[in-house]
Amino acid sequence: MPITEIVFYVFSLVMVSAGVAVITVRNPVYSALFLVLAFFSSAAIWLLLEAEFLAIVLILVYVGAVMVLFLFVVMMLDINLTPLKEGFIRYLPVGIVVAVLMAAELLLVIWSKGSFDQGAFPIPPPNPVGFSNTKALGELLFTNYLLAFEAAGVILLVAIIAAIALTLRKRVGEKRQNPAMQVRVQRDERVRLVKMDPEPRQGN
Amino acid sequence: MSETLWDQLIYIVILLLKIVAVVVPLILTVAYYTYMERKVIGYMQLRRGPNRIGPAGLFQPFADVLKLLLKEIVLPANANKFLFVLAPVLSLAPAFAAWVVIPFNDWMVIADIDAGLLYLLAMSSIGVYGLIIAGWASNSKYAFLGSIRSCAQMVSYEIAMGFALVGVLILSGSLNLTEIVLAQQGGLLDWFWLPLLPLFVVYIISGLAETNRAPFDVAEGESEIVAGFHVEYAGAAFAVFFLAEYANMILISALTAILFAGGWLSPFEGLWLVGDTFLGQGSIFWFLLKTVFFMYLFLWWRATYPRYRYDQIMRLGWKVFVPITMGWVLVAAVFSVFGLVVRGS
Amino acid sequence: MNTTNMLLAAPEFWVLIMACVILIADLFIREERRGIIHMMAMITLVFAAIITVRGDYLSEGLRSATAFNGSFIRDPMGDVLKLFSFFILGIVYVYAKFYLRQFRMFRTDFYTLTLFALLGVMLLISANSLVTIYLGLELTSLSTYALVAFDRESKRGSEAAMKYFVLGSMASGMLLYGMSMIYGATGSMDLADISVAISNQDGDSMILVFGLVFLVVGLAFKLGVVPFHMWIPDVYEGAPAAVTLFISAIPKMAGFAMAYRLLYTGLGDLHTDWQQMLSILAVLSIVLGNLAAIAQTNIKRMLAYSTISHMGFILMGLLPGTADGFGASMYYVIVYSLMSAGAFGMIILLSARGVEAEQLDDFKGLNQRNGWYAAIMAMIMFSMAGVPVFVGFFAKWLVIKAALDAGLLWLAISAVIFSVVGAFYYLRVIKLMYFDEPLTESPIDAPVDFNAVISLNGLLMLGLGVFSGSLIAVCMSAFGA
Repeated sequence: MPITEIVFYVFSLVMVSAGVAVITVRNPVYSALFLVLAFFSSAAIWLLLEAEFLAIVLILVYVGAVMVLFLFVVMMLDINLTPLKEGFIRYLPVGIVVAVLMAAELLLVIWSKGSFDQGAFPIPPPNPVGFSNTKALGELLFTNYLLAFEAAGVILLVAIIAAIALTLRKRVGEKRQNPAMQVRVQRDERVRLVKMDPEPRQGN
Repeated sequence: MSETLWDQLIYIVILLLKIVAVVVPLILTVAYYTYMERKVIGYMQLRRGPNRIGPAGLFQPFADVLKLLLKEIVLPANANKFLFVLAPVLSLAPAFAAWVVIPFNDWMVIADIDAGLLYLLAMSSIGVYGLIIAGWASNSKYAFLGSIRSCAQMVSYEIAMGFALVGVLILSGSLNLTEIVLAQQGGLLDWFWLPLLPLFVVYIISGLAETNRAPFDVAEGESEIVAGFHVEYAGAAFAVFFLAEYANMILISALTAILFAGGWLSPFEGLWLVGDTFLGQGSIFWFLLKTVFFMYLFLWWRATYPRYRYDQIMRLGWKVFVPITMGWVLVAAVFSVFGLVVRGS
Repeated sequence: MNTTNMLLAAPEFWVLIMACVILIADLFIREERRGIIHMMAMITLVFAAIITVRGDYLSEGLRSATAFNGSFIRDPMGDVLKLFSFFILGIVYVYAKFYLRQFRMFRTDFYTLTLFALLGVMLLISANSLVTIYLGLELTSLSTYALVAFDRESKRGSEAAMKYFVLGSMASGMLLYGMSMIYGATGSMDLADISVAISNQDGDSMILVFGLVFLVVGLAFKLGVVPFHMWIPDVYEGAPAAVTLFISAIPKMAGFAMAYRLLYTGLGDLHTDWQQMLSILAVLSIVLGNLAAIAQTNIKRMLAYSTISHMGFILMGLLPGTADGFGASMYYVIVYSLMSAGAFGMIILLSARGVEAEQLDDFKGLNQRNGWYAAIMAMIMFSMAGVPVFVGFFAKWLVIKAALDAGLLWLAISAVIFSVVGAFYYLRVIKLMYFDEPLTESPIDAPVDFNAVISLNGLLMLGLGVFSGSLIAVCMSAFGA
């Protein structure tokens, strides 16, 4: 068995079990960390597919930024897990039905190709030496998908505007520092030098 | 697969040897970096620094390591044991893993991958996990405060840092570190520090903030929260954190040398007289020299500046650095489009 | 890609640039002078309309032209819908300014978010590939989620925004899932290519039908038709009236365009499949929307249910899959947006001293307080009910005719029966205004521009009805009928 295949199975196994752990462990911090593990394994599998750009960006964006902030929030919240668990049992039947439906659909779609053998899903030819995945993606993004790329940028801008519009507000009686004012402060505004005669020595 | 298992095994062994060849000197450098720090800051403060163990205190780092290793690792009673132990490893691993793509000269690099710069960004961004987990798993208020501070700080400064790198890759046209260095050929004035001066400054300062070094060391701020995220750590576990922090500083210095100061290239390239000698040739010595120079800057700043206030750190990152870098990325694009900076001239 | 191609998207670029300019201009404009922002937004709309009308591609004798590698299309249908979006958004801005001033919410965010939503609507109208459709949809939705929670002090608003967001994301997920299946079956995201692949029988029909089901569910969620309508009443009620006004009028245009592009341009060959699904959705919407509206005492909720039934009519126009049907449907959506803008304009007009006039009782005796306003509201209600001579009648008539032509008899019959049922609650408003005693004698006053626009809005209900031919002709010719 070639090494790539071993690597694939190891990482898939880690990914699937981490995915299961995300929804089954009791501690939400553990859940978040297992999600990070799942991201890592999927990045590794992407590397096997020679999609190095996607793999690295997955780590950079999801692991490095999104999950850090997520963990940040989870750690600061005092989540009481008991009520959450009650919901888990109560909604489990519905969840199972949805899961079975989804799985059935996926299987149907795959079976509609005929079977699971590699004839129906041939291995794509390996990329030529010197092929840069990153460059190819970049070229596509800035030509064929320029409009989509720009629109995605606008969506992110709107997300920023929306987040700020919904949270930035001036409350009454709020205390705020203005660094520009702090820097501009003059000595006279803070310190008053008082001329005092020396007091006569006691007991003379 | 035409290769046999045996070929693959040999390949792996060679790879491991390469890794050892990078990691062992790195650890030694960390050890002597701590010595350098104490000496440099000592002299800056009119003291002598360590001078008892060995000639001029040269064996001091080994004594320190020995001391740390012999101490007991205290596991706090209410700590999350598993994560508490895992955290130092998580912070050390990315600090070492990043060195895989660093080119020491035009052929000395473990993995010459195309998306090297992205890989570096990814590695530096996951370094924060060690800190967060350490703070949380310690189950201590000081540690948690420290980890929250450093987490917010690192996430914020990564953005400015990322944009600074975008400027570099616009001018070099590549994400590969070797090609980035080669794009800077032509002597001192052709290195990217000049056309990208604002980005260079922002990058170095963000590097300070990323590594939680003074004057951005609020994550450990002794006078406010004792020692921040590693307050509960002792002995070898603490030593690992220490190692990670210094490895990261060396990494940032090396990166600054590669991205903005021409990597292994010589500043005298093509000059009269020296241009043809050993001094004019690019070599690993130039790379090491530049790295040590930037490492020295870290220490110099620590001895010079008082600690920033936390809200001002955030303000500096978001309201000053991010706009500057965004603006200069546009300028760099103009340079590149109108051919004002020519690659590898 | 050449520049002439990109110029097809000139209206979109203009709106994007102006939205960003307004965003930055806000930093330099003091609070008292924020009227400037309003003027800037109006100028944006006027010039966007001018740029759209120029439509250079038409002069070259083309019926449509694509840009950005086929992911963007300009055609007469898109142009007409965009022009009406600009026009109705202009009306919305005049009403909203009055409302926002009164409720101390006159912030620039409203204008930037609505302009970005408009950009999303324009993108959606001109979308010619699955990616563009999805991105346009997200841009519109994201802006409207934030707008619903625009009144940050209001708990109802936040709750509505939350519900809207969760259900909206779910719908987006459904849509994406469907899109991924269709992409998997046809190997393309371009609607034209998808259409070719399907007619060549290249695609796998099993995957296609599964994809179609998910697409229709996502679409139904976004349009708010039964049984995916749960969010509409809560959102309409919870959002500030100015925002409800916006949501009820502008995104519907995009919803129609999206349905047309996806179902007809892309999946036209699956017509029999989606006709069945849509006809069930249409009937359910018309029945449930009209019945539930009768039980409401809150006029915003009542209008929400009436929207659901109107959406049913719009779907009905799509069913035959003919140019006549699409034309009728488009006519309906434009007319509906105008009516809805007018109705919410009246709610804003009656809101006073920080209290929204959202109860039906607030309309009691309006005739005694101000005869002209009562007359305007009466015209809007008659139009919504589909009383002849008013424009709403022609819209309903065309749609039902299209359904009859396609042989959908039972659908047409139930539509007629339930519009008669629906007439009850519209006429109840008129009864309240003319035959009941007012609860308050306080005079109603509004600025000049508000009065002018609402009068125009009301008269359009009558005018477009009496001279109905021209707008119908425009809509029909957009589809080459």
